[in-house]
Amino acid sequence: MQPFILEKVKKIVGVEKFHNSPEDRVSYSYDGTPMLQQLPEAVVFPQNNEQISELLLLANKEKFSIIPRGAGTGLSGGSIPVENSVVVVMTKWNKILEIDTANLTALVEPGIVTGTLQKEVEKLGLFYPPDPGSLNVCTIGGNVAENAGGLRGLKYGVTKNYVLGVEMILPTGEFLKIGGKSVKDVAGYNLKDIVVGSEGTLGIFTKILLKLIPFPTRSKTITVNFKKILDSGKAVADIISSHITPSMIEFLDNTTMNCVEDYTKIGLDRNAEAMLLIEVDGRGSSVDEDAEMIVSILKKNNATQIRIANSPSEALLLKTARRSAFSALARRRPTTILEDATVPRSEVPVMIEKIRTASSNFSVAIGNFGHAGDGNLHPTCLTDERDSAEIIRAHKAFEFIFNEAIKLGGTITGEHGTGLAKKDFLESAVGKEGIDFMKKIKMVVDPNNVLNPGKILTLTPRCEGSLPSTREQIPEFHSHL
Amino acid sequence: MISPKDKAVLIKYLPNDDILTQCMHCGMCLATCPTYELTKMERSSPRGRIKLIKSIAEGKLELSNLFAEEMNFCLDCQACETACPAGVQYGKMVESARVVIEHSNVGSSKLNKTIKRFLLNSVVANHSRLKLLARFLYFYQNSGMRKVVLKVLSLFPSAKKLIEIESLSPTISKIFSSDGLKEKISPETTAKYIIAFSTGCIMDVAFAEINFDTIEVLKKNQCEIITPKKQVCCGSLHAHNGEIEKAKELAKKNLDVFSTFDYDFLISNSAGCGAFMKEYIHLFADDPQYSQKAKLFSGRVKDISEFLANVEPTAAMHSLKEKVTYHDACHLCHSQKIVDEPRKVLKQIPGLDFVPLEESTWCCGSAGIYNVTRHEDADKILERKMKNLKETGADVVVAGNPGCIGQLQYGIKKYGLTMEVMHTVSLVKKSMDQPPQKKNP
Repeated sequence: MQPFILEKVKKIVGVEKFHNSPEDRVSYSYDGTPMLQQLPEAVVFPQNNEQISELLLLANKEKFSIIPRGAGTGLSGGSIPVENSVVVVMTKWNKILEIDTANLTALVEPGIVTGTLQKEVEKLGLFYPPDPGSLNVCTIGGNVAENAGGLRGLKYGVTKNYVLGVEMILPTGEFLKIGGKSVKDVAGYNLKDIVVGSEGTLGIFTKILLKLIPFPTRSKTITVNFKKILDSGKAVADIISSHITPSMIEFLDNTTMNCVEDYTKIGLDRNAEAMLLIEVDGRGSSVDEDAEMIVSILKKNNATQIRIANSPSEALLLKTARRSAFSALARRRPTTILEDATVPRSEVPVMIEKIRTASSNFSVAIGNFGHAGDGNLHPTCLTDERDSAEIIRAHKAFEFIFNEAIKLGGTITGEHGTGLAKKDFLESAVGKEGIDFMKKIKMVVDPNNVLNPGKILTLTPRCEGSLPSTREQIPEFHSHL
Repeated sequence: MISPKDKAVLIKYLPNDDILTQCMHCGMCLATCPTYELTKMERSSPRGRIKLIKSIAEGKLELSNLFAEEMNFCLDCQACETACPAGVQYGKMVESARVVIEHSNVGSSKLNKTIKRFLLNSVVANHSRLKLLARFLYFYQNSGMRKVVLKVLSLFPSAKKLIEIESLSPTISKIFSSDGLKEKISPETTAKYIIAFSTGCIMDVAFAEINFDTIEVLKKNQCEIITPKKQVCCGSLHAHNGEIEKAKELAKKNLDVFSTFDYDFLISNSAGCGAFMKEYIHLFADDPQYSQKAKLFSGRVKDISEFLANVEPTAAMHSLKEKVTYHDACHLCHSQKIVDEPRKVLKQIPGLDFVPLEESTWCCGSAGIYNVTRHEDADKILERKMKNLKETGADVVVAGNPGCIGQLQYGIKKYGLTMEVMHTVSLVKKSMDQPPQKKNP
C-alpha cells in the first residue's frame, strides 16, 4: 500500500488508534482458524461511526480492502486479512448501552464479550442463550456476523433468533438502521436476515439490538457413557423423536473425552467409546419429568454410568469442559482442523459412522464431538501443519465428509461460517443459483468489493489480490495430487 | 537482518519448534490475560506474543524494541496456561524470549540492563550482600533518614514516581530469619516428618516473622525442621528476567546443599520459589550430572499450604472470629495448580468467616520485580484487584507469596482500605495462639 494512503488512514482514526508496526501486522494476521494467515497493511481502532464511514469511503477511492474484526476467534477465516487490507478492530466498542426490562431487549456495542453480556442480563433474571464455545472471549459483533450457534442451539436456536435490529455502516460509507424493538415487523424485505451471517461482507455493525428471554429457573444436567459409539447416536435420535427438547445434547467421542480429561481432570471415563452431556431446563416440574424420560431412553440404548449433576457448579464444570474440547484436542497433535458438517438430526448415527470411515480410509486421526442434538457435529482432524502429506489426506477426508453430509440432506457448515475455509464447498451446498444470488447482493451493496472481499464468495473479476494461502495453496499440495 | 550473534542466541535459547507450534491461536487465553485486558491489542496477548516469538524464530520478524517491550510487559502470571486447553507452555516461551532480549541490543538501555543484572546476579543471588542492603534499608526506614529523604524528594515534582516506588520497598525485618533460626529444630514430641525449609530471599529479610510462624506451625505438627545455612536464592527471579544461566548456577548450588541432608519434604512458603524449585527437574532434564538430583529434589518440594492440607493436623486450632478472604498467588494457582489446599487449610480454622474474592486468580501486579521495573503498569493491574478486595469487606486478606503480600499492603495503603494482609501460615499460627474457648455448659 502506498504511504500516502496509510497517512490518510492514520489521519482518519488518529495516530494513537493506528498501528502498522511489523509486530502489529503479525499479530493481526490470523484468527482462530488453523493455517490461514496474511499480513494486513495496518490495524486501526476507529472510535465513532464517522471514522468507519470515512475509512470505507477512502477504501473505495484508493482501492484497498477493509477487514472487520472482533476478538478473532472465528473458525472459518472470516477476519483474516487479505492482500492490501486494513484491519478494523471493534473490541473497544464494548459497552452495554441499555437493558430494557419492559421489552426484554439489550442494546449493545458490537465489541461486548458474549459471556460478559450474559452475566449482566442474568443478574436481572434474563437470558441470552447463544453460547459459542469461545463465549468468554468472542464478541457479539462477531457472533452476529457469523450467526454463531453453540451448545444450547437445540432448544433455543442460534444468534439470528435473537437479533432484533442492527445499526451498521455500509461498504459505501452510508449509515443504515435495521429493525427495532417491535416483536413483529414485516415492513419490506427482511434485511436483518441478510446481514446476520454476512461474515463482515455487507457492513460493519456499530450497534446491535438483541432479544432476551426469561432465565430458565430450573435445569438438570446429565452425563452418560456408552460402550458403543453407535448407541450414543441412536439415543440422540430416540430422545428427539420422543418429543423432548433438551436445551443441549452434546456428544464427545473417546479421543475427545481423553483430551478433555487431560486438561480438566474431572473424571471422564477414558475407556468409553462416547459420552453425551444432556441438559434439560425450564420452569417447574416438567424439567424433572423430561429428565426421567431421558434417563429411561438412555437405558434402553445400552448407556452405562448415567449421572445427574448435583449442583449448578458441577453442571457448569461439565459444560466448561465440553467447551474446551476443540482446543483440548490440540494436546494430541498441534494442528487441529475443525469442521462443522451438519445433518438432519435423524441422520446423526449415520454421520458418526461416516466420520469414522473417513478417518480410516484416509488414515488421519479424527476427534469427533459436537451438538448431536441439532445434528451439528465437529469432526476435527488431528494433524501437524508441518506434514504436508498428512494435511492433504485431512483435506480429502473432509471432502468426503462434506459430500456425505450433503447426501444425507445436510450442509457444510452449521455455525462456523463459510469464510475462506469452506468457500470451495459452498456451491455443493447452496447450488449455483444460490451462489449467483449471493454474488448479486454483494455486488450491489459493495460495488468495489472493498469490505472483507474473498470471504464466502469469489467475485469475477477478482480485485482483492491474492488471498491468504488456503489448504490447497500450501507448498507441495499439487505435487501430491 | 538478524545479526549472526543474535541468531546464535535465538538458536541456543528459543524453545524448539514443537513447543512453538503447539499454540493453535484459538484465543481462549485472551480473557484471562491482564495485559490484554489493559490494551486490547493482540500483541499484548498470550497468543499474540507466541505468534511474535514464532515469527522471530522463523526469521519472519526482527528483534525490536517493541518486541522487547511486549515480552517485558507480560507479567508471566501464567493465567493463560491455566486457561489453555491445549496445554501450551507459554511461560517457557516468554522466559526464553527474555533471555534472547537480555543478550541482544533491543529493549532497555545497556546501562539499565547492567544495573538490573547487577542487582539480580550480585545482590539477590548473593545472600550476604542482600542482607547488607537490607540492613541499610532497615536503618534507612527506622532512623530519621527516610523522612528527610522523602521530604527532600517531595520538593521535586519529577520525583513523584520515585516516591511511589520507594513506598513499595518492603519493611525490613529487625532480625532476618536465616540468622534467627538454628540449622536443626526439633518438635516437642517425636518427629513424624523431617522437613527441609527454604527461607526464600525476600521472606528472609522482609517477612522474617512469616518464616518464624512457618517454623512454629511445623513444629507443632510434629515436624523436625532443617534449615540449611548454605542454601542460596532459588533463582526464580533470574529465570523470569532473562538470566537463565545464573538461575541454573544457583539451582545447582541448592541441589548440592540440600542433597547432604535427609528429609521427607522441602517446604517453601514463597509461591514463586516453590514453583521454580519444582521446575528444577525440567531445568536439568538433559544434564547428566544433575538430572537425577533434580528429580529427587523437585519431587519433594511442597508449598506450606499443600503440606498442611494433606497432613492430619496435630496442633489444636482455636476460634478466630475474623472475616477472611483469599487471594491466589499466580505462582501457586497457575504454576503449581494449588487452589483448593490453602482454602482447605483456612476452613480448618474454627470460627473463621470465609468470603470468596471475585477474580481471586487475577494477578495483583507484583509479579516478581515487575512492580518495581514496570511500576505504572503494575499500578493499573493492582487497581482491579483492589476494587474486588474492597467488595469483600474482609478484615484480612490471605496470600501465599511475599511479592503479593508486599503489593497488597502497598495497595491497601494507597486505596485507603483497612485490611490486614497475612500469609496463610501466619493465620494458622494466630489461631493456634488463641486461648482455647470455654465449652458451653
